[in-house]
Amino acid sequence: MRTIQVEQITEAVAQMCKEAAYYLPEDVYQALKKGRETEESPVGRDVLDQIIKNAEIAKAEDRPICQDTGMTIVFLEVGQDLHIEGGSLNDAINAGVAKGYTEGYLRKSVVAEPLFDRKNTQNNTPAIIYTQMVPGDKLKIEIEPKGFGSENKSDIKMLVPADGVEGVKKAVMDIILHASCNPCPPMVVGVGIGGTMDKAAYYSKRALLRPLTVRNEHPKYAQLEKDLLDMINKTGIGPQLGGTTSALAVNIEWGPTHIAGLPVAVTICCHATRHSKRVL
Amino acid sequence: MAEKIRITTPLTEEASRKLKAGDSVLISGVIYSARDAAHKVMTEALARGEKLPIDWHNQIVYYLGPTPAKPGNPIGSCGPTTAGRMDAYTPTMLEQGIKGMIGKGSREPEVIESMKKNGATYFAAVGGAAAFISKSVKKYEVIAYPELGPEALAALTVEDFPAIVVIDSEGNNFYEIGQKPYRRL
Ligand code: SF4
Repeated sequence: MRTIQVEQITEAVAQMCKEAAYYLPEDVYQALKKGRETEESPVGRDVLDQIIKNAEIAKAEDRPICQDTGMTIVFLEVGQDLHIEGGSLNDAINAGVAKGYTEGYLRKSVVAEPLFDRKNTQNNTPAIIYTQMVPGDKLKIEIEPKGFGSENKSDIKMLVPADGVEGVKKAVMDIILHASCNPCPPMVVGVGIGGTMDKAAYYSKRALLRPLTVRNEHPKYAQLEKDLLDMINKTGIGPQLGGTTSALAVNIEWGPTHIAGLPVAVTICCHATRHSKRVL
Repeated sequence: MAEKIRITTPLTEEASRKLKAGDSVLISGVIYSARDAAHKVMTEALARGEKLPIDWHNQIVYYLGPTPAKPGNPIGSCGPTTAGRMDAYTPTMLEQGIKGMIGKGSREPEVIESMKKNGATYFAAVGGAAAFISKSVKKYEVIAYPELGPEALAALTVEDFPAIVVIDSEGNNFYEIGQKPYRRL
């Protein structure tokens, strides 16, 4: 049995919140540069130049890539042989988010109650925390700050088995066409297929953590990722004002489902596809 | 890309009506930031017959909620927010004399109608280019509703703020015009 103190978790989360806000992952940066090379629209190229320059300034000056530093989604893998000492794991994570968002001059964008008061909690907590128990004695923390310009365009469709691959393609494209220029494209599209309604949404969020250069291990899903990316880049949406670089990647995660169902969830992320990872 | 057009605030109706969808502009002068909560408070004040904290005549509104400024900087990262969330309030605000709006994303037909009537222009700044855009902001000063935090009404002094005319005062929409040649579905 290995022991770690909650303070260590809080500190790690605080640092990760800042890192994620300032440093665009290298794979996303490279994908933007590649998009700039192939973009056919002159206005689109101008937009991509600004986005690339933006990432460079943010990195060089430790500035948030986007003013929407997001609601913090945290994916935890907790080794079952790990003992966490000094307080609750969730409290430690939230303390880290509060510390990171305050120290890092990040925007606090969370309201305590969604409908009536909408009062800002002033420290970006609570985070959305997903916890999974795994073998071993390590704690893996992945952070995905999610901006809501793109989150508001995400959606879910409960298909039936007869809808098949064509149904999935249509569902995803309907969501993308409806989102159009709004989620700050070029987008990164996370697709979750299977599970229950909520689990599919979870898969679609997890899919955004996978590097854009890595395709699904299952060849048929990998093909579907490619086909969807190709279709999205033919919509004309482009980098916000029209063009050929509408999305940088489509990442699919899938899981077992019920004999009667085929849930398809799409989390749309903007070009500011931010995340950070640490293993304690 | 064609030459960028320099515009300075205040933006008159005449100057606004000259701008065409697809034009790239660099804006200098004072612009005012306001987003969801500030719009709600302002339209409620108007409904009660009260005066607004500033005269919006010939002004440009920027839909923005910046990150806090680091010490030594006038402002934090400050890219545009989704303009569509302001649509419910926009016709009322345009009646106050606003001639320019900066945001990102599409607008409702009622907004476009009101823009035509009032001679207003809708500009898009690049969504997410918030660190880059902050370089063009020289000063940020909260004018009203400080209790709204990043949603407060503020004056920004800008120099060569980069934007693109997406919907002009005739209702031409560059989101549609710009996408069409590349749609191959
Ligand atoms: S959608 Fe993304 S890039 Fe656009 S404003 Fe939101 S977080 Fe920023």
